Amino acid sequence: MILEALIGFTFLAALVVLLAPNAWAGRLAFALSAVPFAGSLYLWSQFDAVGNALTGGTIAFESRYEWVEVGGRTVSWFVGLDGISLPLVVLTTFLVPLAILSAWTPVDSRQSQFYGLMLFMEANLLGVFTALDFFLWFVFWEAVLVPMYFLIGIWGGPRRKYAAIKFFVYTNAASLLMFIGFMSLTFALGDSIGSLALPEITQALADGGLETWFGISPGRMAMIAFLAMFAGFAVKVPIVPVHTWLPDAHVEAPTPVSVLLAGVLLKMGTYALLRFNFTMLPEQASTLAIPIAAIAVISVIYGAMLALAQKDLKRIVAYSSVSSMGYVLLGLVVFTEYGVGGATFQMVAHGLISGLMFMAVGVVYNATHTRMVGDMAGMADRMPVTVGILVAGAFGYMGLPLMAGFAGEFFIFVGAFGAPSLPYAPVFTALAMFGIVIVAGYLLSAMQKTLFGPFRLETDYEIGPAPFHDVAPLAVLLAAIIVLGVAPDIFFEMIRDAAMPVVEGVSVDV
Amino acid sequence: MSSVAPAWTALSPALLLGLTGLALLLVDTIRPNERSNTSMAVVSALGALASLSVTVWFVIAGTGHADAGGAITLLEGAVKVDTLALFFTAIFASVTALVVVAAHDYFHDHQRPAAFYSLTLFAATGMALLAVANSLAVVFVALEMVSLPSYALVAFLKKDRGSVEAGLKYFLVGALSSAVFLFGISLVYAATGSLIFGEVASAVESLDALAGVAGVGIVMIVGGVAFKTASVPFHFWAPEAYEGAPAPVSAFLSSASKAAGFVVAFRVFTEAFPLGASVAAGIDWALAFAVVAAVTMTLGNFAAAVQEEVKRMLAYSSIGHAGYALIGLAALSTGSAGNEAVMGAAMAHLLVYGFMNTGAFLFVAMAERWGIGRTFEDYAGLARRAPVACTAMAVFMFSLAGLPPFAGFFSKYFLFMGAIENGFLWLAGLGAVNSVVSLYYYSRVVRAMFLDDPATPSALDAIDVRPTALYAAVVFAAVATVLLLPGFGPVIEAAEAAAAALF
Repeated sequence: MILEALIGFTFLAALVVLLAPNAWAGRLAFALSAVPFAGSLYLWSQFDAVGNALTGGTIAFESRYEWVEVGGRTVSWFVGLDGISLPLVVLTTFLVPLAILSAWTPVDSRQSQFYGLMLFMEANLLGVFTALDFFLWFVFWEAVLVPMYFLIGIWGGPRRKYAAIKFFVYTNAASLLMFIGFMSLTFALGDSIGSLALPEITQALADGGLETWFGISPGRMAMIAFLAMFAGFAVKVPIVPVHTWLPDAHVEAPTPVSVLLAGVLLKMGTYALLRFNFTMLPEQASTLAIPIAAIAVISVIYGAMLALAQKDLKRIVAYSSVSSMGYVLLGLVVFTEYGVGGATFQMVAHGLISGLMFMAVGVVYNATHTRMVGDMAGMADRMPVTVGILVAGAFGYMGLPLMAGFAGEFFIFVGAFGAPSLPYAPVFTALAMFGIVIVAGYLLSAMQKTLFGPFRLETDYEIGPAPFHDVAPLAVLLAAIIVLGVAPDIFFEMIRDAAMPVVEGVSVDV
Repeated sequence: MSSVAPAWTALSPALLLGLTGLALLLVDTIRPNERSNTSMAVVSALGALASLSVTVWFVIAGTGHADAGGAITLLEGAVKVDTLALFFTAIFASVTALVVVAAHDYFHDHQRPAAFYSLTLFAATGMALLAVANSLAVVFVALEMVSLPSYALVAFLKKDRGSVEAGLKYFLVGALSSAVFLFGISLVYAATGSLIFGEVASAVESLDALAGVAGVGIVMIVGGVAFKTASVPFHFWAPEAYEGAPAPVSAFLSSASKAAGFVVAFRVFTEAFPLGASVAAGIDWALAFAVVAAVTMTLGNFAAAVQEEVKRMLAYSSIGHAGYALIGLAALSTGSAGNEAVMGAAMAHLLVYGFMNTGAFLFVAMAERWGIGRTFEDYAGLARRAPVACTAMAVFMFSLAGLPPFAGFFSKYFLFMGAIENGFLWLAGLGAVNSVVSLYYYSRVVRAMFLDDPATPSALDAIDVRPTALYAAVVFAAVATVLLLPGFGPVIEAAEAAAAALF
């Protein structure tokens, strides 16, 4: 019942905030969003899952009610957590209050709608990470798009309509592709499944339940489904070459929305890849290991190079997300304990770090009203605290030890280097590592140009330190990044526990 | 309880609607000069709600359900009350209630609104009779009882040229299709010697030389159904009538009247012309419906995509949705266990559609009441002045497009899954493609309301009234559209039970 309470409360909070007056909607939303965070901490403290929820592990906080039946298959309200989903639930509930806090300054119109939509999105995100029934999961997955569309389209920058519609069309088309892929898989499973529960489907697939359907043989059907789902999720992640919606959406979105977009929404894609493609169809994943590893490396390098070429601070951070997601994909495809575990850990780590970067850039923008690298210099003189945290965050991005980014990337590289199931694993890993050099290059150069040196910015007003409610979330995020970097085991223990069954699903014949 | 009550009480939903209509007439006759818009609306709404409550009570109590003694037949078998009838009566009564509530504000300055309410109630009575008709003669009479008030309703704004023109067009096409339908009935009678569905069905099994006559008759009946459901090739009246008619009437026609066409189709084609016997006699009406469904949904959606006026877009979208619902007949196959699932899904879709489409047209009614324009551009920035109504409209649009988490997604999902289970992958695929197309034009409305800026800063100053009843109807329809998602279980169960009784 506790998960229902968590999701239900967030929905109710969204409704309450939507009806609240604009003047104090922000404060109300912040207060209400603290409750789900407290709830997720409670979940963490009571967490008792063992193994992976999809492969027969014990599920924490499991709750299941039959909903309807269609075509002989029950659809149920089926939620629960395991070591992969709990960290993401905690990440979501942690980032939302901070994002709401960071919205106090920039969002100056229709506040109650803005904060209501943020909370509505949070509720659906929690649903995505807790749902264990395909149908339920898909409803939440799609429902995330609607608030995002409005958040970008109403409160975004000058090209907000274009960005919002591009985001909506891209991700919707991708969802349809994924949906068709998955549904054809369930049809081909025939009578071997009696519901759309993900654990049951995973089990049936592992037992070879696929039958010939509409003349498509089981092997081919699994491959078609894998490709359709991979393409669908790749858009969400995003992976090169389907990443082009991301920079537009990020640049136009207001800061708090960017924080959630980079921090949580991108993780929906990698989470779904792990849950569906790599857990359910490991055979196909290892057959396609080389091409997938190749596009992972291309995403890392190409994303970083694109970031290198940008002049807009937000675009730099946006493209570097593409690069970071490449690491996650590489970690997933190598199918080792540290690879898959590290990828999951990196989802959380990147959520915190990219959230911090977007927020910090947003705070600078609130003061300067420009994000162009060439427009300003020496910001460190005027906003010392903000800039200090921004620099720390950038070092986290570059993988400075004792920060979360280091732990995530380190796990992935350790897991990837000696991966037995991926041919040429050392080559792919070495190439991907090279991406870090480029990251360091563009982040250091952008920071040097904008933050240090003599102050220069043409404004008709004085630029001073940012208000407390802008800086506080930055400091909290930085603290979380350091805590996770110093003690990665607080999450990595449970992640590894849930990742092991996935890894063992692939039989390696060297 | 229900076993004690005399059999005729099973008709009380229809009787309640009819009596309400008569009561309205009576009041208007006694006090003709009293402009009593409010009391008229209240009485009609209460009548529709009473009918709805009785219907829902019957469904819960199991009246006409196979477990509770089966269908109740009356009048020598010409009328049959079963779960199917009750399910559709619930749709008709809900839509009627929404429409009469909304009409209160829409006709606030009309000279004589009384006729509107009684005509609407009489048309609803006809629909409720259509739902229980078990004989081709009753079907025809009930169909006319729906059609005649509808013509008058479309032309209700008699000083408005668009309304009058629409009424005339609707009347001409309607009269033609009534004639075709009646001729079809007479041919079927000639070939089978009966009008009662069950007897027709047994005669169809041994048609021999008369199969040709019966076949032509059935095709003509398909034509009549196509008119009532606004399907190709008898869809031409729909965009004109829906656009020209007062918006509450458009809502009523495109939701309730369309569902009435479907209840006839579902019952006649399963009970009078069972698929197995018809195919054996060389009359494969499922194939005919498959073609009609495919063309209707494609034409409706693509035509909607190029419209510039919201109301006209909704009219074409309504044609597209008729195409989806026709899958319920098209995707049947002889003896398949999945038949009740796909037909049940079509019925559930019509119920959901009853709320989301009525709501969308009532929003247009609100826009007409405010006096803002009719095109997408005229809706620009509307969300700033009317956030609640626009949120409701966004719910309708996304639900019509079949986007989760709204009920429209659920019913379409069930429909397409049912079609695939029955081996009609191509129909489901075409439906999915059409849904993607529809997202484009539905999202244009949302985009205009929420993302676009008003053409001029003063463009929205016309919005100076908050029509309470219209708001209530629109918001209620939106809440129903959302709540039908978690509450879909009982709906689809009732629909499948209703469909199961037909096979």
